[in-house]
Amino acid sequence: MFAEFLQYMLSGITVGSIYALAGLGFAIIYNASHVINFAQGEFIMIGGMASSVLVAAGLPLWAAVILAVLLTMLVGLALEIFAIAPARDADVVTIIIITIGASIFLRGVAQLVWGKSPRSLPAFSGEEPINLFGAALARQSLWVIGVSLLLILLLGWFFNRTLFGKAMLATSYNRLAAQLMGIGVNKVLTLSFGMSAVLGAVGGIIVTPITFTSYEAGIMLGLKGFSAAVLGGLGNGAGAVAGGLLVGIAEALGAGYISSAYKDAFAFVIILFVLFFMPNGLFGKRSTERV
Amino acid sequence: MRLTGPHIGLLATAAIIALLPLTFPNSYYYDVAVSALFNAVLCVGLNLLIGYAGQISLGHAGFFALGAYVSGILTTRWNLPPLLALVVGAVLVGTLAFVLARPILRLKGHYLAMATLGIGIIIFIVLNTEAWLTGGPDGLTVNYLSVAGWTLKGDRNWYWLAGILLLTTVWLSLNLIDSAVGRALRAVHGSEVGAAVVGVDTGRYKVLVFVISAVFASVVGSLFAHRNGLITPGIGSFFHSVELVAMVVLGGMASTFGAVVGAVILSVLPHLLTSFEDYEAIILGMIMMSTMIFMPKGIVPTVLRLLRQRGGAS
Repeated sequence: MFAEFLQYMLSGITVGSIYALAGLGFAIIYNASHVINFAQGEFIMIGGMASSVLVAAGLPLWAAVILAVLLTMLVGLALEIFAIAPARDADVVTIIIITIGASIFLRGVAQLVWGKSPRSLPAFSGEEPINLFGAALARQSLWVIGVSLLLILLLGWFFNRTLFGKAMLATSYNRLAAQLMGIGVNKVLTLSFGMSAVLGAVGGIIVTPITFTSYEAGIMLGLKGFSAAVLGGLGNGAGAVAGGLLVGIAEALGAGYISSAYKDAFAFVIILFVLFFMPNGLFGKRSTERV
Repeated sequence: MRLTGPHIGLLATAAIIALLPLTFPNSYYYDVAVSALFNAVLCVGLNLLIGYAGQISLGHAGFFALGAYVSGILTTRWNLPPLLALVVGAVLVGTLAFVLARPILRLKGHYLAMATLGIGIIIFIVLNTEAWLTGGPDGLTVNYLSVAGWTLKGDRNWYWLAGILLLTTVWLSLNLIDSAVGRALRAVHGSEVGAAVVGVDTGRYKVLVFVISAVFASVVGSLFAHRNGLITPGIGSFFHSVELVAMVVLGGMASTFGAVVGAVILSVLPHLLTSFEDYEAIILGMIMMSTMIFMPKGIVPTVLRLLRQRGGAS
């Protein structure tokens, strides 16, 4: 009974960590530019696909990981420079369509270059699960949770303690004022895409040994990351992490106790329910419209 | 009566619909044209919501799929006449949209995008899972559209039906925009608080246009089901919702004819790209991105502005 519950919780926290990283990716870009990047899921996919292709080609894991993260970061930077920056003053919907166009484009390229078949990576430190109060904990889950935690702490340090991080925060509060204070706002916007891409890529790599990946894997992961970010309140980093974990756990418990066919639906039911009562997410700021 | 821009547009659309079949060498062209016309009807409705009321919906394919499935299920499993099933579908979807509208339309911007996206995905998953009713991923076979013993068959007849439907929809949409409702909607789009301050019941108008656009989607869904003969949950997928929004935005938001042009372009494009097979997604993505970068207002408003500038200069 308890073992079963623990099992669901463990898998929920594992998947939730990936959603949290994706949600953070949404939050960082949203903070810097008020853009919702619907290509965030594609960063996760590119990280996973590139690393597994490189490992299959004979590269050691660490080298494959570094190259995959670098590749994804370049894709993120290119996306901002070539597609988002030229349309900076456009409507919200226009920019949404641009990022969706970008995600279709990236999916098309991935399918062309890496093929349609699903791919995987070997677990980082053995397949033998650890017995925890009767529940089986995959070693890879520890990697996922540990690496996610590390990244979240690093981001916290970056935004609170470094000059560049503070510049990014300042830009998110008031872009014009930040610019007048001598902050290179354009650099901040470009960098935010690079950072989100790195977060997505790392998430994609560490989860691939558990869930496999394919050129289509980014769609659902991206939507769940968006859910996490919205659930926590857009632009709230800690909220996105909490949102990601909540979505992951709700999904695992729902699939375990209610119906596995409806696994993907639980996240969205919860979000609708939360938004009906808290229109700005769980931890979002109340906004007022200026006329 | 003085002819104004919208009237000329309506007449031009009618002329194009009437004359276009002369250039069709075979029935495949009719087939593509019918799907383009259906999408155009749907997009004219969606444009009222996105372009005029300024509310995004990333779940409209869900309403389309619900209309299609209600028609399919009622006509095949309960032997209801197709027209009655179509009306039942429209009423059901309209009621659902009405119930959801109040809590959903309180949300702003990306939160609204999230909520509509969620509703669309939930509808998709239910259609996919409840196989006893919907046939699940294998789909559901739907009969011909027949009214009082007369059956609508053949691509040509469907083309005329869809063409007349589009003209009616465009006419309705133009009238609505030009009415008090339309002005209220534009005020909501400009500034919701501002509109409320001058006495516009913003909530009521947003609900109204949400329900109208959902009913449009449902009716087109019902017709699509009869025409296609087979429906699968895929028609309600997130990707289809995105496609619909892309059509509206690409053609030009807040322009009825923009919605039509966008729908026609994005419906015909995949058929032109089939010869490129593996490159289809890449080209589609490129076109979406570059159109929005170079014409952020959409195709029709941009072209009209260029024409007007040239006219003014000469």
